[in-house]
Amino acid sequence: MKILVCISKTPDTTAKIAFADNNTKFAADGVQWIINPYDEWYALVRAIELKEADPSTVIHLVTVGGADCDPIIRKALALGGDEAIRVNADSHDSFYIALQIADIAKKGSYDLVFTGKETIDYNGSSVGGMVAELLEMPYVSLATKFTLIGSEAEIVREIEGGEETDKVALPLVVSCQKGMAEQRIPNMKGIMGARSKPLNVVEPVAADTLTSIASFDLPPAKASVKLVSPDTPEELVRLLHEEAKVI
Amino acid sequence: MSVLIFLDQSEGQIKKSSLEAASYGAKVAQQLGTSAQAIVLGNITDDLATIGNYGIGKVHTINNDALNNMDAQVYAKLIAEVATSIGAKVIIFSNNFNGKAIAPRLSVRLKAGLVSGAVALPDTTNGFTVKKNVFSGKAFANVTINTDIKIIALNPNSFSITTTDAKAEVLPFATTADASKVQVISTDKVVGEIPLSEAEIVVSGGRGLKGPENWAMVTDLAKLLGAATACSRPVADSDWRPHHEHVGQTGLAIAPNLYFAIGISGAIQHLAGVNRSKVIVVINKDPEAPFFKAADYGIVGDAFEVMPKIIDAVKKLKGV
Ligand SMILES: Cc1cc2nc3c(=O)[nH]c(=O)nc-3n(C[C@H](O)[C@H](O)[C@H](O)COP(=O)(O)OP(=O)(O)OC[C@H]3O[C@@H](n4cnc5c(N)ncnc54)[C@H](O)[C@@H]3O)c2cc1C
Repeated sequence: MKILVCISKTPDTTAKIAFADNNTKFAADGVQWIINPYDEWYALVRAIELKEADPSTVIHLVTVGGADCDPIIRKALALGGDEAIRVNADSHDSFYIALQIADIAKKGSYDLVFTGKETIDYNGSSVGGMVAELLEMPYVSLATKFTLIGSEAEIVREIEGGEETDKVALPLVVSCQKGMAEQRIPNMKGIMGARSKPLNVVEPVAADTLTSIASFDLPPAKASVKLVSPDTPEELVRLLHEEAKVI
Repeated sequence: MSVLIFLDQSEGQIKKSSLEAASYGAKVAQQLGTSAQAIVLGNITDDLATIGNYGIGKVHTINNDALNNMDAQVYAKLIAEVATSIGAKVIIFSNNFNGKAIAPRLSVRLKAGLVSGAVALPDTTNGFTVKKNVFSGKAFANVTINTDIKIIALNPNSFSITTTDAKAEVLPFATTADASKVQVISTDKVVGEIPLSEAEIVVSGGRGLKGPENWAMVTDLAKLLGAATACSRPVADSDWRPHHEHVGQTGLAIAPNLYFAIGISGAIQHLAGVNRSKVIVVINKDPEAPFFKAADYGIVGDAFEVMPKIIDAVKKLKGV
């Protein structure tokens, strides 16, 4: 069994969000970078659990990005994963990124491709579906549980107001979210071992970009809160009804 | 040329988020001086002519039992077929769970640029640029689509529905659907509750409520207001509440008209999932809780004392 896990680099969840160059670029100075939480906690850890259950499983990681991604790739390798591939390209266009990943996936003939449900920076939730279409494979999105039964997978996915359990034959693409696995901390052995695991850098294949970011905006500053005395909570209800008109 | 809106259904009924997409699509069509048409897959019990109320002229249907379950691969192929046959230049989805699965596949099939998480109408004065949420609601990006066909996935609760009495023409579309490779074994829905992603009012509780045994103040208020319930991450992690109620950066991102937060500190990761709410109310005993900086209304007080009085006042207001 071969699993490809897609890893993306994102700013830390507490990073200050600001823009530079006339609001055309994310101001990255001083920002801490992490593995996108959905990729790390759910996609990667679930893949590692599958390898623990069947040690013949091979896990490859793929990232599309510059050399500045290497630290987070090493961290992912420290958690698990056998080797990593970095496609040396920088893009914010989901189609361009998906095409690079699909190319790697085709060459490696994987049984499973895992992505996180979205990245916490550009919130596209698109790469998984695009990769699936490029590979002509089924796609189960927003998975909260993944069980392997022979050459089939039983997957629970979130739907509006509930969940659906699906059965799909491999190969397929799955986007992972909460429920799939529990966050892990890399241990010393993992960190040491990660240094000698292969991190292969490959050049991108030619691909179009279908979208481009023209500019960024920050939301307008919020007016200050209107406080109601704890002795008259009914006043809050009146304000919500008469002033805000939301109840 | 036309604008095509995908109407997502559940058990034969069109989802509210898709009606928002329909209203949005009708506005886009108006802006481009063209017609708005829709596509629905599977058996529908709703009277589809009423989709005209949302500004849609024609509704194309593919009425096939096999399409009652959403398989993104099968759906994307059919939507592409309809889009091509009517010459659709802009295709609109709700960025709901199904939209997130289908729109990216369609983007590849039609080689059409996709903006997911859109929050406003496109700016077509110079090219085609769509405002979307980025950094989990902490900022917006204006994204230009460079392809001839464009796909927009509209965030739920970010565009108001407008209606008229107009009726739509319902047109069965003749084609055959591929067999799905995804077999649905079961679906499990919380009955009688409003799905969190579609709720207009959300009442949410945090660790300040001390334990699951105290959740009546959340669920009672929610019931009175016709609201959905939510919680902070540690609450779901401790299994005080089900995981699907977890909102925030690593949970669900929501944008209700009213978000009522009780005993939640307002950590940056929590705010990332709720900061698009129109009105935020915070009940917290700590005046320094960061949530007050993001709130519209608040009470600095003990939830255990304040909430029963609020519930009584809402009962009075609702006449129950
Ligand atoms: C990478 C990452 C991702 C994360 N993602 C999320 C996410 O998606 N969603 C999320 O929610 N969190 C997330 N977190 C966790 C987040 O940082 C906070 O720890 C969490 O939101 C705190 O939950 P809380 O407000 O319920 O609990 P606490 O921080 O413990 O706050 C409890 C609050 O209740 C108040 N309180 C106590 N007693 C009372 C009372 N009697 N009456 C009124 N108020 C009272 C206290 O003053 C306090 O403000 C994430 C963290 C990280 C590092």
